[in-house]
Order: sequence, then structure tokens, then C-alpha cells
Amino acid sequence: MKYVDEFRSPELIAKASEEIRKLADPARHYRIMEVCGGHTHAIYRFGLKDLLPDNVELIHGPGCPVCVLPMGRIDDGLSLSSDPDFVFTAFGDMMRVPGTHGSPLEFKARGKDVRIVYSPADALKLARNNPQKEVMFFAIGFETTAPSTALTLIRAKAEGLRNFSVFCNHVTIIPAIRAILDSPDMRIDGFVGPGHVSTVIGCRPYHWIAHDERKPVVVSGFEPLDILQSVVMLLRQLRNGEARVENQYKRVVPWEGNRAALRAMAEVFELRPYFEWRGLGFISQSALKIRPGYAEWDTEQRFTVPGVRVTDPKAAQCGEVLKGVLKPSQCKLFGQECTPEQPVGALMVSSEGSCAAYYNYQHLRPVTIANAATV
Amino acid sequence: MCLAIPGKIVELDAKQAHLAVVDVVGVRRKVDLGLLQDDPPILGDWVLIHVGFAMSKISEADAEDQMRTLQLLGETDAAMQEVRGYGLEQETVEKRGPKVQP
Repeated sequence: MKYVDEFRSPELIAKASEEIRKLADPARHYRIMEVCGGHTHAIYRFGLKDLLPDNVELIHGPGCPVCVLPMGRIDDGLSLSSDPDFVFTAFGDMMRVPGTHGSPLEFKARGKDVRIVYSPADALKLARNNPQKEVMFFAIGFETTAPSTALTLIRAKAEGLRNFSVFCNHVTIIPAIRAILDSPDMRIDGFVGPGHVSTVIGCRPYHWIAHDERKPVVVSGFEPLDILQSVVMLLRQLRNGEARVENQYKRVVPWEGNRAALRAMAEVFELRPYFEWRGLGFISQSALKIRPGYAEWDTEQRFTVPGVRVTDPKAAQCGEVLKGVLKPSQCKLFGQECTPEQPVGALMVSSEGSCAAYYNYQHLRPVTIANAATV
Repeated sequence: MCLAIPGKIVELDAKQAHLAVVDVVGVRRKVDLGLLQDDPPILGDWVLIHVGFAMSKISEADAEDQMRTLQLLGETDAAMQEVRGYGLEQETVEKRGPKVQP
């Protein structure tokens, strides 16, 4: 694996790993959850588990937006594509996610107008350039992508563009963390906080986790050293009996977040009373819907969508994996019926899903950053 | 979708102030600066881009680190595919203002 010698500061990585060993009380077992799918990907890719002692366990959280989207929402979004003038647009990540009657890509293969866009602004442009078409943007993501959808809707309204709408599936990270902490079968000692979501929301929204739940939170960057340093910071707090929110990713994340992005979101979105999360069930006030002032650009308010609810395949244990109760390989379907090529559950679709990350990198385990750090 | 892509602002749009051309390792595309309106970037600044929108200003060193992280994660191709896919470019051609060199 050629990438091992490309890691920056192997000596610092070795030092952080050593520090973790010193800080971890051998009499305790630590369960640290990384909330963000990007961190999950990095942890597997860099083999960071090998740099941690056995009693420091990383639990993978629900921070992969593709993975937590219930299948019924995909069915709802695709239901409108039977109209030949209707254009379904979505990010590439969505295209292979299975719905009951196929993925968006399969709908495209059947002749439906399904297109990949890389930005909601591109979906808007498509509508602008094709006034005879009805263009829908299938919006997904946490607070990282929600402001871009919001600003796109603000622009659509300002332009008075009538043939554009957003099917909003944006979710928010804080209620998901609350659901995990409220879950009776979960024990988490601390959180590696999401990096890019925090660029938008800042660090204040995590305060209750530290203050009320007495769990430390460290907002982290994505490099191997960032993640290990964040684990050091968490273990240090735990050793000292502290519970605070710290920002390891100061170089990118301002404590207050991005106010312009928050304003755009507040202008366009309000909280849904509840929303279904795949694997986690219904979580109250956990998702965004489009405000009445933007109803003309809201797919759900303008068109009739069936409101499909689909039960996940019984054998797939996505929920337990999402909550960190099971490891991906402990699911009955893992690697057999469910693979990145033929995903049954959404955790296998996205590179940020813990099952796909586990599947793709399990064979690389013998050659990891651990080797690089010690040479 | 969740990629944060570092780019350098190389051209501001004289007619549409919320748009700018960024350079991402040699590929130039238009991105939207609207989410940075409280502290707008100027020519030569580095930004992190999510789905076609600049989301934060960063230093050049951090931009290099971010590119490196993408490379280590095996996401460079996906990031470049995303940047190449930003379709605002045509507007650049149609509505381009006087070109300003950094």
C-alpha cells in the first residue's frame, strides 16, 4: 500500500497513540462515538483502530445522510418521475440507493428523466434552461448541505422560477445524538464531533451533551492526526472527570459557526414535528421542512406524493449497526447478500456508511498507519 | 456530497457578485459565495467548497492539508468529478465580466 508513507507527521501520530495508551485507564472500557460518516470513512481507511488500545472502542454513529434516509422517501421522490416532463435530480451519492421499485439509476435506465447534479444550484439552472420541464431537486444531507439548498430556494423565489421544486430530506445532527443517548441499549463515554457540520452550526449546539449528559465532545478534523488528537482530548477530559465541548478543528470550524448559512436555513426551513430515520425510527424535530413562504418551491406542498412507508428487510440489521450496537460484520447479511455492488441496506451504499467502509477496507488491515507510525 | 473541496478564488464575477471562479488543482469552475456574505472572500483567498457553495475561508496551508486529506481518503477523483460537474460554468461564458487577474 503505497499511501502509508504519505502520512504527515508519523512521529506525531505515534506520539498521540502513545498518549492514548497512557491516558486510558486499563480498568475501564471506553466507548467513543464518531458522529460523522466522514470520520467513519477515515477511521477505516487509515486503520486507526490499530493505534488504539483494546479498551478504547470507536463506535460509528448515524452521520451518513444517505444511510439514514428511509426507503419510502426515495419511493416518494421517484413516484413523480412517471410524468415525462418531470426531471428528478439528485447528488451522485443518491443514485444507487435502492427504492422499492429500483434505485434512481435504475429508473433512469428505464427511460425516466433522472439526472445527477453536483450542486443544488445546477438543478436550479436546469429548470431555468428548460422552462417546459418540471425540475425537482431531491435534497439530502445534514447542516453541511442544507444551507446550499436554502440559498438555492431563496434564489428561485427571487427569480420567480416556477418550474423548480425541492423534495426536502434534510436532517439535523443534534436530535440524532439525543436519540442515541436516550436509547436504553447504548453506553457512550464521549463524542468525536462532526467537522463540516460544525462549520455551519458551530460548537454551541453540543453544549447540552457536556452539561446535561456529562459527556465530553471534541469537534474534530479528518486527518489521522486530527482524529487521534481528538481521542486524546476526550480521554484527558474523562480522566479528569470533566465534560466540556472542545474544538480540535479550529483551523476550519469557528466556535459560532457560519451565521450567514444559519440565516439562510432559518429563512427557508422549519423543523418537522417528526421524521423517520432509517434504523433509528421516528425522531421528533429531527428534520427540516420548507416554510409556507416557499410552498411554491416545495415538492411535497405542490404535488401529491404518496407518503410511502417501507419496512426495511428483516434480515438486515441496519438499525443496530447505525446505533453502534452491532459491528457491520456482525450483521447476518454483511458481505454475503449485502455488498457495495448489491447493497440491501443503505449503510452499504455510501462510502461514508460504516458497512461499506468496513467492507472496503477490512482487507487492508494488515498494512495500516500503525506500521507507518512505528517505522 | 459530504466532500469539502479546497479552492482558490481566481476571478470574481462583476455582474453577479455572489459568483466567483475557483481553481481546484487546475480545474476552474464557478461557485456560489452567498454563504460567506458576512465576510466575503477576495481574489486570492482560499475557501472550502461544499456542493458548489463556498462554506468557509481557510488558509493556503489548510487548503493544502485538505487536498492531502482527500487524497489519503481516496476521494480525490470524486472531488474532481464533483468540481468538473458544477454546471454554473456556462453562465461564466455567457455573462462574464471583465477578467481580473489575481
